[in-house]
Amino acid sequence: MTGSRLSSGGLVDRSRSLSFTFDGKTLSGYEGDTLASALIANDQLLVGRSFKYHRPRGILTAGSAEPNALVTLGRGGRTEPNTRATVAELYQGLEARSQNRWPSLEWDVGSLNSLLSPFLGAGFYYKTFMWPKAFWEKVYEPFIRMAAGLGRLEMEADPDRYEKAWAHCDLLVVGAGPAGLMAALTAGRAGLRVILADEDFRLGGSLLPSMASVDGAKAADFAATTVAELQSLGNVTLMPRTTVFGWYDDMVFGAVEKVQKHVAVPSHDRPVERLWRIHAHHAVLATGAIERPLVFGGNDKPGIMTASATSTYVNRYGVSPGDRVAVFTNGGTGYRTAQDLVSAGIQVTAIVDTRAGADDRVPDGVRVVRSAGVVDTQGRKRLGSIIVERAGFEEEIACDALAMSGGWTPTIHLACQRGAKPVWSEEKQVFLAPDSDPRLTLAGAANGLETLAEALADGAAKAFAVLAKLERTASGTDVPAVEEARSSVHSPVWYVGGARSKAFVDYQNDVHVKDLALAQREAYSSVELSKRYTTSGMATDQGKIANQNATGIIAAMRGISPGEVGLSTYRPFYTPVSLGVIAGTSRDEHGRPVRRSPLHAWAEKNGATFVEAGLWYRSSYFLKPGEKTWREACDREVLNVRANAGLCDVSTLGKIEVKGPDAAEFLNRLYCNAMLKLPVGKARYGLMLREDGMVHDDGTVSRLAEDHFFLTTTTAMAAEVLSHMEYYAQTQWPDLDVTMVSVSDQWAQMAIAGPKSRAILSKIVDADLSEEGFPFLAAREVMLKGGLAARLFRISFSGELAYELAVPAGYGEAVADLVMSAGAEHGICAYGLEALNVLRIEKGHVTHAELNGTVTPDDAGFGKMMAMQKPDFVGKQLSSRFGLTAADRLQLVGLKPVDPKNDIRTGAHLLKEGAKPSMANDQGIVTSNCFSPTLQHPIALALLKSGRERMGETIVVFDRLRGDEFPAVVCSPVFVDPENAKLKGEPARPARPAQKEAAE
Amino acid sequence: MASLISCPHCGTRPKEEFSIKGDATRMRPSPQAPAEVWHKFVFIRDNPKGRHKEFWHHVLGCRRWLVVERDTLTHEVYGVTDAQQALKAGEAVE
Repeated sequence: MTGSRLSSGGLVDRSRSLSFTFDGKTLSGYEGDTLASALIANDQLLVGRSFKYHRPRGILTAGSAEPNALVTLGRGGRTEPNTRATVAELYQGLEARSQNRWPSLEWDVGSLNSLLSPFLGAGFYYKTFMWPKAFWEKVYEPFIRMAAGLGRLEMEADPDRYEKAWAHCDLLVVGAGPAGLMAALTAGRAGLRVILADEDFRLGGSLLPSMASVDGAKAADFAATTVAELQSLGNVTLMPRTTVFGWYDDMVFGAVEKVQKHVAVPSHDRPVERLWRIHAHHAVLATGAIERPLVFGGNDKPGIMTASATSTYVNRYGVSPGDRVAVFTNGGTGYRTAQDLVSAGIQVTAIVDTRAGADDRVPDGVRVVRSAGVVDTQGRKRLGSIIVERAGFEEEIACDALAMSGGWTPTIHLACQRGAKPVWSEEKQVFLAPDSDPRLTLAGAANGLETLAEALADGAAKAFAVLAKLERTASGTDVPAVEEARSSVHSPVWYVGGARSKAFVDYQNDVHVKDLALAQREAYSSVELSKRYTTSGMATDQGKIANQNATGIIAAMRGISPGEVGLSTYRPFYTPVSLGVIAGTSRDEHGRPVRRSPLHAWAEKNGATFVEAGLWYRSSYFLKPGEKTWREACDREVLNVRANAGLCDVSTLGKIEVKGPDAAEFLNRLYCNAMLKLPVGKARYGLMLREDGMVHDDGTVSRLAEDHFFLTTTTAMAAEVLSHMEYYAQTQWPDLDVTMVSVSDQWAQMAIAGPKSRAILSKIVDADLSEEGFPFLAAREVMLKGGLAARLFRISFSGELAYELAVPAGYGEAVADLVMSAGAEHGICAYGLEALNVLRIEKGHVTHAELNGTVTPDDAGFGKMMAMQKPDFVGKQLSSRFGLTAADRLQLVGLKPVDPKNDIRTGAHLLKEGAKPSMANDQGIVTSNCFSPTLQHPIALALLKSGRERMGETIVVFDRLRGDEFPAVVCSPVFVDPENAKLKGEPARPARPAQKEAAE
Repeated sequence: MASLISCPHCGTRPKEEFSIKGDATRMRPSPQAPAEVWHKFVFIRDNPKGRHKEFWHHVLGCRRWLVVERDTLTHEVYGVTDAQQALKAGEAVE
């Protein structure tokens, strides 16, 4: 009863011993082993527990289709759950743990589920957890989540690097087995740029375990020679450890290369995995075929594996899964495996063949039971014997391993990922790939061919065909001669009748034949519905093992051909791909880069606390000694701006230069207000609409010359507005001679606001800044004393006498320092986004909190700005629709709480006094709020139904989420200086109710 | 959707560099057009199966708006032209 290392043979390097651990136990293997072959060498055939019934499971395959031997590798941030032991390359120090068992692999409490299995059939969860409804969240879901899943996710961050790259070639060959090697060799010798990719760490595919002779050499040696020649060709790129997982439009293939997954501690100089996008002019898929298990009672015990896997372990890795191995087959593969076992000195107890006769060579002394089937197996954590049924008589045959072969399924995944349906071959009893694109062909076993000689010839032929299409002359590549024992074809047996215990179809999801039968009885008979009802084919192996058998079984149950049943849709990825490699370098700051204003260092020096606004870091407030909260800083900054002056970084605003003879006409059509006659040297507030009449963005437009404009956008909309402008210029008004470019990053821009701002700037700017010399809305290029050309705009967001000064980004910090030192005697302070927001709310100026995509200019109080006399502008035509001019639209208003202790919070709804809170009674919402240090009470801006007619009305502010319900008074949104006296630097006159005016 | 777009200015580039606006055959009606026509232009879009012309913006490239004619079923791209150049040459985008 032992799996063991054979005394000789295999492609492992017996001089290089590697130690590793499995569930904490130290074991050893050789270089060239997979974790699976090393486990077999150490007689560890029990590897995991199954998903649903927690049945003991071993190793079923020797490749990437493995459904059972899933383990967790590594520790800490490098933990990788659900790794297939069959493709995990062994390395010194590898740590592997079994999964889905508690407390241990040997003693697993969850295996009690097996006793409950009569109640756990397909659809069990759907039917059982329907009621009572209240139980779902508290009882069922937590319970199911605890029990579900195989490996556990590690929450620690992955310390490794990943990257992405493009590759280009004339011919991509997927799979380096016999067909792939011949295709690459033929094309490579003819000079094509060839990429040969294979998921294995050793190229050669089925040649590696083959006992055939090719060109007089051992098949594995032929593979090595061919690989060496390919390696010597400069035009051929070999990509081992690379799985091509998807075929996308325009002949782009996705592939993942495991660069350093086979080392304990990867070098930080290289990624651990690389995501490739390969653009190939032609592709040959030489992806081989996957051997199917036979579906019989008890076919999941550790020790039972496919025949080809058995041969691979014996021939390639020099390990034996058992001392006495039985073979169960419906075709020639089983006989070949029996021969491999006998050649390696392993006893074959019997070959059980479902067929009545076959001309395969039977190894000397091996008993063959024909017209027979295995109906059950004995043994708990390891196969002990099989029960063979023949003509009604049963016989128990002792064995500690079973090699089973149900025939071969061509691997056509990639060819069918773009919508083409697989075609059923009645002759071969398999699904083949359809011809869907002349640039992609299949070769060898993937093309339904069965012998090594055919595969080699087909690979060469497919490459010749590509060369002919490219009109390239091929130098002769002779197809090598093959000597191999004859092997009969398989005659499909989808289900071995008479099963006395569960006959598994999908091992990983524990779907057995009776589940499929239930799905048919309950009318989930379409293959897609059967799949989802039973979860057959939905595990991480995505049906590589199960789907063909499931289709055959469903066809038999329904009495139709497997071709009529079909297969469920193939989709990328071929095998699981890590999220890390999909993210590539786009993680942390690379996935979300930090944008810093040119004044960032200035702000830091002045003690800014920053806030993330999109990708930007904006200065939020500047704490002074003794200040503990943002409110203290904000209130001081606001009052100081209103009394003296402040400097605020507004560099994050979008900035766009517009030039050309038609620039004025273009902007006149783009903005809803008039722009054509904006004088040179003047700025104007502008509103851009969408075609549906809603406000798109706002900003200022400055005319620097007849044909030269400079505009600003809001920070968030900078990119969107530029695209919007380019769209209209290029596609809607192609005849306008106008160009535009973003200069957001080129200029540092600072707002200098407050009654002392003129005095401060006069010390720096070499220009007449008097009311006459540089009036409100002046905008022009100025020289700073010292000789730096700058742009100065007299615009105000705070309502104070204010300027915006723009200098080339690199000078930003120096100029801001200069302004601060010039302003020191006038009491200047740095102010941040919080104070900026309070200043604008006090003045009733809107931002995207108000301009939220459902607001028209009139809603925001800008109705009079719309130049309806213009022949056309974006949004004009739909602005006059009934719904956009209705009297009960939400309009911008101000709110003051009746009791100043009540904070009106953004997001609260408005209700008429005494009205029940309901959608129907909703009167509007609060869009912005703050504490006004100027007025010393909370204020808010809101959008209220027919708001402008309701000045003075008492309304209820209602917010059930935060428990607010109190009265407030509707007022003008302009809380401070409604006469706009302060814009000129004059003291404010006593406030009286006034209509909100445009920000200019 | 196509993986690669041959930009007439930048050459063959991955689709991630582009953003898509949609139907390129709907041009802005004249300002005098009736409300019904404007309503259709702004709100109504077909979802055609087969050949379709779309505006694609080469956002991370030359920043030109392109007309990409492609098959919504097979994803084949039939042609890519610069929208403004085509329109100025009088080639109606139909």
